[in-house]
Amino acid sequence: MKWARENLFSSWPSALATIAILWLAWKLVPPFVDWAFVEAIWRAPDARACREAQGAGACWAFIGEKHRFILFGTYPFEQHWRPAAATAVLILLWFFSSLKRFWQYWLSAVWVAGLALIGVLMWGGVLGLAYVENERWGGLILTLLLASFGVALAFPLSILLALGRQSQMPVLRAACIGYIELIRGVPLISVLFMASVMLPLFLPAGVSIDKLLRAQIALILFAAAYLAEVVRGGLQAIPRHQYEAAEALGLSYWKRTLHVILPQALRFSIPPLVNTFIGFFKDTSLVLIIGLFDLLSTIKVSLQDPAWSGFGVEAYLFACLVYFAFCFAMSAYSRQLEASPVRGGLPRPLRQS
Amino acid sequence: MKRGWLFQAGLLAAAGLVLWFFISNTTHNLETRKIASGFGFLWREAGFEIGETGAIAYSAADSYLRALVVGLWNTFRIAAIGVVFATLLGTLIGLARLSPNWLLVKLAAAYVEAIRNVPLLVQLFFWYAIISENLPGPAEALNPLPGVYLSNRGIFFPLPGSTPELSGFNFIGGASLSPEFAALLVGLVTYTAAFIGEIVRAGVLSVGRGQVDAAYSIGLARRAALRFVVLPQALRLIVPPLTSQYLNLAKNSSLAVAIGYPDLVSIANTTLNQTGQAIEGIAIIMGVYLTISLSISALMNWYNRRVALKGTLR
Repeated sequence: MKWARENLFSSWPSALATIAILWLAWKLVPPFVDWAFVEAIWRAPDARACREAQGAGACWAFIGEKHRFILFGTYPFEQHWRPAAATAVLILLWFFSSLKRFWQYWLSAVWVAGLALIGVLMWGGVLGLAYVENERWGGLILTLLLASFGVALAFPLSILLALGRQSQMPVLRAACIGYIELIRGVPLISVLFMASVMLPLFLPAGVSIDKLLRAQIALILFAAAYLAEVVRGGLQAIPRHQYEAAEALGLSYWKRTLHVILPQALRFSIPPLVNTFIGFFKDTSLVLIIGLFDLLSTIKVSLQDPAWSGFGVEAYLFACLVYFAFCFAMSAYSRQLEASPVRGGLPRPLRQS
Repeated sequence: MKRGWLFQAGLLAAAGLVLWFFISNTTHNLETRKIASGFGFLWREAGFEIGETGAIAYSAADSYLRALVVGLWNTFRIAAIGVVFATLLGTLIGLARLSPNWLLVKLAAAYVEAIRNVPLLVQLFFWYAIISENLPGPAEALNPLPGVYLSNRGIFFPLPGSTPELSGFNFIGGASLSPEFAALLVGLVTYTAAFIGEIVRAGVLSVGRGQVDAAYSIGLARRAALRFVVLPQALRLIVPPLTSQYLNLAKNSSLAVAIGYPDLVSIANTTLNQTGQAIEGIAIIMGVYLTISLSISALMNWYNRRVALKGTLR
């Protein structure tokens, strides 16, 4: 009672807000629960039962019918265990990389092995696995691969860009600033268009790069500019005396950078890096616009089946749930990182936003 | 120092070489594919209709240039309206998270968490599906407020001196938002507002408790304390990230191409597909967005200098 008085009815405006929220909840929540659960159709051989319900209940049978296509795209049906296994391997890799006690140099070896395993599973052609060309990859694994490779390759590039931006050499600095500001000033979609229609023109006749790789290159170039700014934030958070001390020891530029500056700067940048990565993961959904079969794209294509058309709300709610599960896990992780003290005895950096 | 210059000269030479390689390939490819180059196509007849032309008269017989201007206008329209509503909603959400009311705090926090963890594109598709699939046709349009109608043909609302009325298969009179515009607006506003809410919250929190107590102790009322003590200090922290959210909104409006709202990117995309002149089309998109970005950051820097604390280094 005391709690309610203090937290819900402390003043007239507060009491009014409480009553308004409760009234809205009473008006909106029961119909939603009815639609999403009570009246919902969970299983149906075809869309007839769903159409007869006339929108009174959600048609989750649509997701049931299409889930294989949504998750695996046009990958050969009887081989679906392969992208499923690859997805599991990739999620495990990310999970172990998130644990601080595995932040060792051998982790990169584990990644190389894991990615090789994923390559074998997805492409096949060895160990008795049938070869599947990457035009047929799709669904969840494609989204996860684009995001993982994107960040893995953009990260080293972003460190170089951030160092270049802080460099004493005017030409190098101008080039890095120009690149970062150019990419950050234009929408991702224009970079993707550039990769899908302009890149083929740049290459000599007869040389072509397939669509997936082109999109991946665009995503890497895009992510690198944003990550570079995060790394720069980390570089700037390092007290000046660290730079001076390293110089006083007579270390060369690369020794100073690799052994003194970067280990501290990157530790500072980990929470904002995770936040940038969440944004990047969401951004991979844009490859739909240039015609790649990522998770969102397979959902959209499923809706084009005339037998099952008209269940867009259910389909996109499902998409929301899947993306939310991944992004929420990452943001919860980033919050936990920020709350725990950074090793190395330095004060916690200011939050980047 | 000498090594540095040598390195930079090498860098320039390498960049020049790569550029030359790309340019020579491109000219060769354009020749073999018989694709014209240059911006001459801008004055040719576009030959496609645009669903929404806003204030600009346009028909398929007009030039590509005019079509692109229509697209640019549509981009400005969605961005300007979106920025206003996103700021209003975002401020409300930020303040709700700071309110003493527990329910309001939790509700606003849940909103921010839900919106920020789902790609904008998914949200746009979701809103578009709600409007185009789940709203009734004009004859049975929802009528939540007098004169306001929600239907799968769009949202209709009255203007002074003119109210929408059902005539045949659609409404006439009043003002209307197409389903595409409405979905894009709702999506952009709700998405950006979640980020703005967090910025507002952080800005207000950054003003120390001591400042508020001091304002009260010199006899200012709550409202006056907010107006003269908290807000001026909070704004200094809020405005820079806020403008970058405005820029994000403008850039995100390019997702219009996925739901069929004819913004600049969507029309430039049609243009480059029809003419095959990809380089020019993409140059137009990038040029426009860069101009917007750079001018907003210039404005931003000017504002920052104006509000910066006198005598501190920022």
